[in-house]
Amino acid sequence: MIEVKDVEKSFGESKVLKGISTVFDAGKTNLIIGQSGSGKTVLLKSLLGIHMPDKGTISFDGRIYSHLTPDEKRALRTEIGMVFQGSALFDSMTVEENVGFPLKMFTDKSAAEIKERVNFVINRVNLVDANHKKPSEISGGMQKRVAIARAIVNNPKYLFCDEPNSGLDPKTAIVIDNLIHEITVEYNITTVVNTHDMNSVMEIGDKIVFLKEGVLAWEGTKKEIFKTDNEAVTDFVYSSNLFKKIRKSQNKEDV
Amino acid sequence: MLVRYLSQIGRYFLMLREIFKNPTKWSVMRQLIFKEIDDLIIDSLGIVCFISFFVGGVVSIQTALNLTNPLIPKYLIGFATRQSVILEFAPTFISIIMAGKMGSFITSSIGTMRVTEQIDALEVMGVNSLNYLVFPKLMALLLYPFVIGISMFLGILGGWIASVYGGFASSNEFITGIQQEFIPFHISYAFIKTFVFAFLLATIPSFHGYYMKGGALEVGKASTVSFVWTSVTIILTNYIITQLLLT
Repeated sequence: MIEVKDVEKSFGESKVLKGISTVFDAGKTNLIIGQSGSGKTVLLKSLLGIHMPDKGTISFDGRIYSHLTPDEKRALRTEIGMVFQGSALFDSMTVEENVGFPLKMFTDKSAAEIKERVNFVINRVNLVDANHKKPSEISGGMQKRVAIARAIVNNPKYLFCDEPNSGLDPKTAIVIDNLIHEITVEYNITTVVNTHDMNSVMEIGDKIVFLKEGVLAWEGTKKEIFKTDNEAVTDFVYSSNLFKKIRKSQNKEDV
Repeated sequence: MLVRYLSQIGRYFLMLREIFKNPTKWSVMRQLIFKEIDDLIIDSLGIVCFISFFVGGVVSIQTALNLTNPLIPKYLIGFATRQSVILEFAPTFISIIMAGKMGSFITSSIGTMRVTEQIDALEVMGVNSLNYLVFPKLMALLLYPFVIGISMFLGILGGWIASVYGGFASSNEFITGIQQEFIPFHISYAFIKTFVFAFLLATIPSFHGYYMKGGALEVGKASTVSFVWTSVTIILTNYIITQLLLT
């Protein structure tokens, strides 16, 4: 469980996060949604420790990040898996080397043990015949799978995904979303996904946190988001014609 | 402007401190060092050999053409070639060429890692990215004096071939020249400079790559800026070391 308490973050004069408080539960896919510039990425980077909040605390199962020693922070980071928007795979390494990287760096496993674990997670994310290919030789969807495999290879307790299906076709995007959700449930991981894709919300949003101009404007489940009267949320959700139609048909059914 | 420069210099020194913190596992680091030796040292040998050989030849021809007075002995061609190659050409000018070759490679490779969030990925995993990326380059460049040694040898060899086969001096005269008034400390001076330049070649381009912001265009700009600053620093350091060691 990750607990965010009254987190504020400014860059110069611009206040990006204005007192965010929420809880991300274990075994659930928690989504942070909102328009571009709403503070989603800054919140995610604050959770990751890339940005330090100016005020407030972020605690990981009771461990307040800002109170940890550098060694404790490093240890905590080995419990974190991250899927970057652009996958952030190491260009110079093969798929197998990318996935095995955290094990090589942080465990004393033998080469054979690393290979076994790497093959296991590569199979888990349904990657076929890609072990010896470089990231530049595989498709965007496959790169995302590799990034997920690398993120989960060391059995993380926390998984963060920054717009995991950006740049992917709708079908692949759903596959990636479902994969993240399955892994979250299977390994009881606290997963936080930063997205502005409403399809993801409908598919995997166990808990949704909606940000608007640096403020937590609404939180709830994927069922609740389509019933809320919160103007900011409805404005965001129904900006898409498809969702407007869904709402209309829902209203007709209710009548 | 001045504040910005001072802040950059301060940031550079803070980066140097970070490079040695939280070292990467030795089994991983060893592989990284070998890779950097291949990328930075072995891959530079071809261009260094080519330039050294021909510039050595040109130095001896230029010297020969300027020795118009028949009272000046021909062995001075060998002497001048040796002095120019060992004292300045090999350590300093090859380093400036390497600021372009190695430096832009280092800046662009680290800069691209920054742009594509690979550095963030390392940090999130708990890896000290500066140690992981820069320390192997520093270790690999401990072999840089070996490159400069080859450059010295080939520069003098190029001078000898140009003199002898160009008909400017006999082989004996040239070899007498390169043995004339030889001061062993000049070799030490050249290699002390080389070690300092190696350090600058590894760290300044890394600094510009690591702290760059923006996209692909900025990677190109960072490489150019890195070349300029590495060259300027090498020239200034060369002056200071020469003043301290040779006067």
